This record gives sequence, structure tokens and C-alpha cells, in this order.
Amino acid sequence: MTDAILDRLPQAKQPQTYLNEGYTLSSWLLTTDHKRVAILYALSITFFFFIGGAAISLVRLELISPNGMMLTDEQYNRLFTLHGIIMVWFFLVPSIPTTFGNFLMPMMIGAKDVAFPRLNIMSWYIFVIGALFTIYALIAGGVDTGWTFYTPLSTLYANGSVIAAAAGVFVAGFSSIATGINFIATVHLQRAPGMHWKRLPLFVWSIYATSIVMILATPVLAMSLLMIVAERWLGMPIFNPANGGDPLLFQHLFWFYSHPAVYIMVLPAMGVVSEVLACFARKAVFGYTAMVISLMSIAVVGFLVWGHHMFVSGQSQFANLVFSFLSFIVAVPSAIKVFNWTATLYGGRITLKAPMLYAMSFIGLFTIGGLTGLFLASVPIDIHVTDTYFVVAHFHFIMVGGAVSGFFAALHFWWPKITGRMYPDNWARIGAMTTFLGFIVTFMPQFFMGYAGMPRRYHVYPEQFQAYNVVSSVGAVILAVAYLLPLFYLTWSLRYGKPAGRNPWDATGLEWQTTSPPPKENFDRQLVVSAAPYDYENT
Amino acid sequence: MSETARVINEPWPSLPRQREAVTFAVWLFLATEVLFFGGLFLGYTVYRWLYPEGFLIGAQETDIVYGVSNTAIIMTSSLTMAVAVRAAEQDMRRMVFRCLIATALFGLAFLVVKGFEYYDDIIRGFVPGPHFPLHQTGAELFWTFYWVMTAVHAIHLTIGIGMVATLTVLLHRRKLPLVSPAYEGVALYWHLVDIIWVVLLPLLYLIGRAS
Repeated sequence: MTDAILDRLPQAKQPQTYLNEGYTLSSWLLTTDHKRVAILYALSITFFFFIGGAAISLVRLELISPNGMMLTDEQYNRLFTLHGIIMVWFFLVPSIPTTFGNFLMPMMIGAKDVAFPRLNIMSWYIFVIGALFTIYALIAGGVDTGWTFYTPLSTLYANGSVIAAAAGVFVAGFSSIATGINFIATVHLQRAPGMHWKRLPLFVWSIYATSIVMILATPVLAMSLLMIVAERWLGMPIFNPANGGDPLLFQHLFWFYSHPAVYIMVLPAMGVVSEVLACFARKAVFGYTAMVISLMSIAVVGFLVWGHHMFVSGQSQFANLVFSFLSFIVAVPSAIKVFNWTATLYGGRITLKAPMLYAMSFIGLFTIGGLTGLFLASVPIDIHVTDTYFVVAHFHFIMVGGAVSGFFAALHFWWPKITGRMYPDNWARIGAMTTFLGFIVTFMPQFFMGYAGMPRRYHVYPEQFQAYNVVSSVGAVILAVAYLLPLFYLTWSLRYGKPAGRNPWDATGLEWQTTSPPPKENFDRQLVVSAAPYDYENT
Repeated sequence: MSETARVINEPWPSLPRQREAVTFAVWLFLATEVLFFGGLFLGYTVYRWLYPEGFLIGAQETDIVYGVSNTAIIMTSSLTMAVAVRAAEQDMRRMVFRCLIATALFGLAFLVVKGFEYYDDIIRGFVPGPHFPLHQTGAELFWTFYWVMTAVHAIHLTIGIGMVATLTVLLHRRKLPLVSPAYEGVALYWHLVDIIWVVLLPLLYLIGRAS
């Protein structure tokens, strides 16, 4: 793949770029350049995105019929587990930070590289080792615990390669930790002269906030998975009720990571959307300080809401009350962000390029996901719809409608910078519209069938839900087409796209002040920053 | 090439800046370690609160002689590690070398003592499973945490010994000048492993002997 990219670049009197710095395989695999590391990550997570997508395509195919015609119970369980594990840990968590964060964050603060370039490439190798464990678990027959690894199912009863899957996620977690530490150190210590904290682009702030969540939450996940392995493999009865162990303890530990993980997925997308909206509305982001404070408070308060995943698991009513209240609180900064994005659009000179379409999809879908999150944060409604498709629809609006839309917005916004080529804008806009349409058709019906009682994780269901499921599966086909489309036109653009120039969107970030693709050291001189970001009023 | 130039890595403009970054990053990593062990400490706390009797009965069976000897050993190793870092600042090469060797040896001694202790524990049957000798609810959970906590700690210590040994070899071959921030980075990690043991000592050895 990398060679394919390189072959297609025009060879004649090429300026120095990070791409033509070296053509050998080892110049990629042993690179310390943050931009090349970003490309390595991008290729790996794209691979996993399509594996996870293939798994869920089979699930949606199965759900067309209420009788479970195609798959056995066991196969069905393994497919949705595979989808969850791969999409969460091998696509969504690393997606924006390790690719666009890696590529752009150092450039946006005017740095030559991240703080620890060797640690950066090492974190990719750690990720690959984790991925190999996971692929092994997949080939060895998969796991049927759901992505949540709940005990005692995962420790005592589940068949399949639980240990390999847990080991894969455990190892990949250390890649997150290494990346998080690297990014925090970079933001603290590598900013160009004049790049004060109040001048950081919101994307940098979002990566910073995400990194804090990564380094504080991921170790707890690592320990809970280690405990599962200790129990399943070595017979240590940590969560076994027969020995007085408490399975709820596992759920607390697991969600202490896995709720903040939602913010690991969505905060970077919020950063992307802020950049894209400002550029295509030709206005400074409304309420910069409020945006920064809300990013950081989402990161902090996000640590205090995990108990809302456990309203029906037997925790005390008092705990339910507290976690419900805190979950409402975390909606406040999220709402501030949505209002500020809307206010950014107000009075702007808006152009609806592809990145803008994705960014606006993000706002709409994230708002629906967030509001239905409030339904779920209130205990009585949550008890009514627990483990139904209502929950599935809610978190897909946040993770796919939010995080994946943000990923595609970033992909289309910075593609010219990363590759030096423009993609065909009409195709990209068709892609963005198709994604939005496919998404709505897939997930909107899931709210209705969930509210009516369709449980998640069953492939045999009452016939009254078939119509909803058929619509949802049709939507999944549209969504699959929409996700495959960029693969073609973006690949096409590598060879045939128009050269992008430094700054095709007339954007203000530092990353646009260098050539596209950027040279190895990013800038030809040390930049000095003298103004706040988003100075679009004067352009 | 000057020693300073040899230890500066891209993208740092100066050694003090790089040192600041390394120290900062190691502290961040120590924060992740605290949360990593935090999962175990939380589990221990919950179960001790649920089964105070069982925990006391279980804890009376740990061997305090091993526990206290190892505490003395690991705290001495932290002393030699700290001296190594101070000596590196003063450019006392031979002192650094000796202290690093002493640190690694104390670390190994800890593991050897721990090995004898594990052997005794296994002989006496304190391995969670169907033949566990104590029947009070919670006693087996205590021993589960004893094994997992000490094992995770021992893995950390082993990694630490590996890093100290690497520093020693690099220093011996004159490949790592004393101005390198690596000495302080490794020392910070080493002290964390020591401190975690100091917390484990009361949790695993002392609680059963308070009354």
C-alpha cells in the first residue's frame, strides 16, 4: 500500500517531502517521523475498520429474518463481539489521535516532531502486537462475551479465546498510554515561540484532553483485563461469587475505563469539527475559552459517570441517583459546544465542501446521540430500555454519527495536506450525503424498535420487529457503500488529483503554512506565533 | 563530539529542555502506574470491607520475616539508586557504576527472597483452588490478592532490574554519558516500585498482626 502511494507521486523536480524522504520498507518501518507513523497507523486502523465492518454486515444480514436463519447462536455472539472489540479498540480509540493527532498536532503547534519520536514508532509496534493477539483470537474461533468481557461469563463459562482477546486489548492499551504521554509532553514542551495556551487550536486542545483521559483511564482497563486473565488462566477467584468474589467489581473497573473511552473517541472529533467549521464558515470559533473549558470539563467529569452503565446491575439506589445526576452534568459542556458551533455558523460565509458536510453531520447526529443519552441517564427510562436497541442506537449516534463523521471530516479536510492532492469534491460530497443518509436509515429505526422492546444481542426476535430490522439492514448497505466510496476516489486522487498547493481551503492553522505534503522537518524555519487561531475575519 | 551533544535527541534544542521532558514523561507514566495498581488496591479494599474476618485470618498466614527482609532490601536498593543519580550529577563515574550494580543486585536479592517465600507458600498450600486450607469466606480472596499483587510487583521489579542492568552496561562501555536524563528516569521508576512495595507490606503482612 505504501509503495503504491509512492509510485504514484510525480517524480519530476519534486520538493523534499516526508513521502520522498526514503522509499525503502525500512525507511517506513523504522521511521521516527510523526507523519510517517501517522500513515502507518492510518493503514492499520483502516484494515480493522473494514474487518469490524464485515462482521457487522453479517450481523445485519442475519437480522433481516426474525428466525435466525443463517447463523447459530454461537456464531452470532462471536460476530457482534468481534465487531465491538475491533471497532472500539482497534479503530475508534486510536482513530483520530494516532492518525490526524500524530500527523497534525505537532505541526499545529509549530514543532518539528512529537516529544519522543522513538516512543511514537514504538507505540505503533505495541499496537501491532496487540492487533496480532486479536487476529489470533479471531482465527482461533473468536470470543462470545460481548466487547464488555463481563464476569463470570468471561472467566468461568465462555468458550473461545478470551485470554488472547483480553491480551490483545491489554497490549493495545499500552500503545494508547505511550501515545497519550507523548502528546501531553509535546503540547507542554514543544510549542513554538508565541504559541501560548490561549492560542492553541481547538484540535490541539481536544487531543490534549483526550491524552489525559487515555493515560488515566487505560491503566485501569489493563488491570481489569489482567484480573480476568488471572482468573480464567490461573484460577485466581477474583470475581467468582462461589468464593465470595463480586462480579459487580469487574463492571465498576471496566466502566471506569470504558465510559471515559467514549470521550477518547468523541473529543478528538469535536476538535476536528471546530477546525472545519471555522474554516468553511470563514469565522473564528464562537467562544474559544468556553470551548476549551468544556473540552477539559468533559474530560474530567467523564471520569465520574461510569455507574450509569450499571443502573440495573444491583448497585445501590443512592449510587444510581449520584451517577444519574453526574451524567446530566456532563451534558452541560457538551451542549455548550453544540451551541457554540451553531453560533459559529451564524453570520458566516458558509461553503458546503465535503469536510463541512461531514462536520455538520457530526453536529446533528451528536446532538441526537447526546439527547438520547439524557434519556438513558435518567434511571426510570434506562430501566425500561436497558439492553435494548435504544441503547445500541444511542451509542452508535455518538460513536459512528459523532466520532466516525469527525474522522471522515478530518480525512477530507487534511487529505490535501497529507498527500498533496485534491480529491474530486463532487464525489466526496456524494459520499458525505450517502453516509448521512445511510446512517439515519440504519440507526433511526433502532430507537423505535428498542423503545418497543427489541433486545440487543439476540438474533431470534419477535416478528413485530422485522420491519424495523429490514429497514436498518437496508441502511447498513447504504452505509457500507458510503464507507467504500472514499476508498476509491481517495486512492484515485493519489495519482490523478490536482496538486493541492499549500493551503487549498485558505485555512489559518500553522499546518497550512508549509508545503503539501510537508517536508520531514515540517517547516523550513522556526515559526513564531503572534496571533490567536481562527483569524478568518481578515481573509 | 561533546558528551552533551551525544545524549541530545531530536527534536530537542538543548539538554535541560530534554531532561525536563524526560522527567515530565516519566512522572506521567508513574501516574498511569498508580492507576494500574489502583485497580488492585480497589479490589483489595472492597473485599477487605466485605470480609474483614476472612482477611485477618488469611493475612495471619503470610510470612512476616520474608516480608520485612524484602522491605529492608528494596529500600536499601532505593538508597543506592538515589546515590547513583546524585553521583551522576557530580560526574563521579565509578560511584555511579558501583551504585547501579548494587541496585540491580539488591533487586535480584528481593526476587530470590520472594522466590523462597513463594516456595513456602505453595508447600503450605496457600494457592487459591479447591484444596485451599482456610475456609473462612474472604481468606482465599486475600490470598488471591496476595499472589496477584506480589506477582505484578515482581514483574515491575524485573523490568526495573533489566533497565538498571542496561544502564550499567551502557555506562561501562562509555555509551551513555553521565549527563543523560536516562539515569533519573530509571531512578524515578525504581522508586515507584519501591513505594508500591512499602504499601503492600502493611496490606499483606501487617494487618493480621495488629491485635
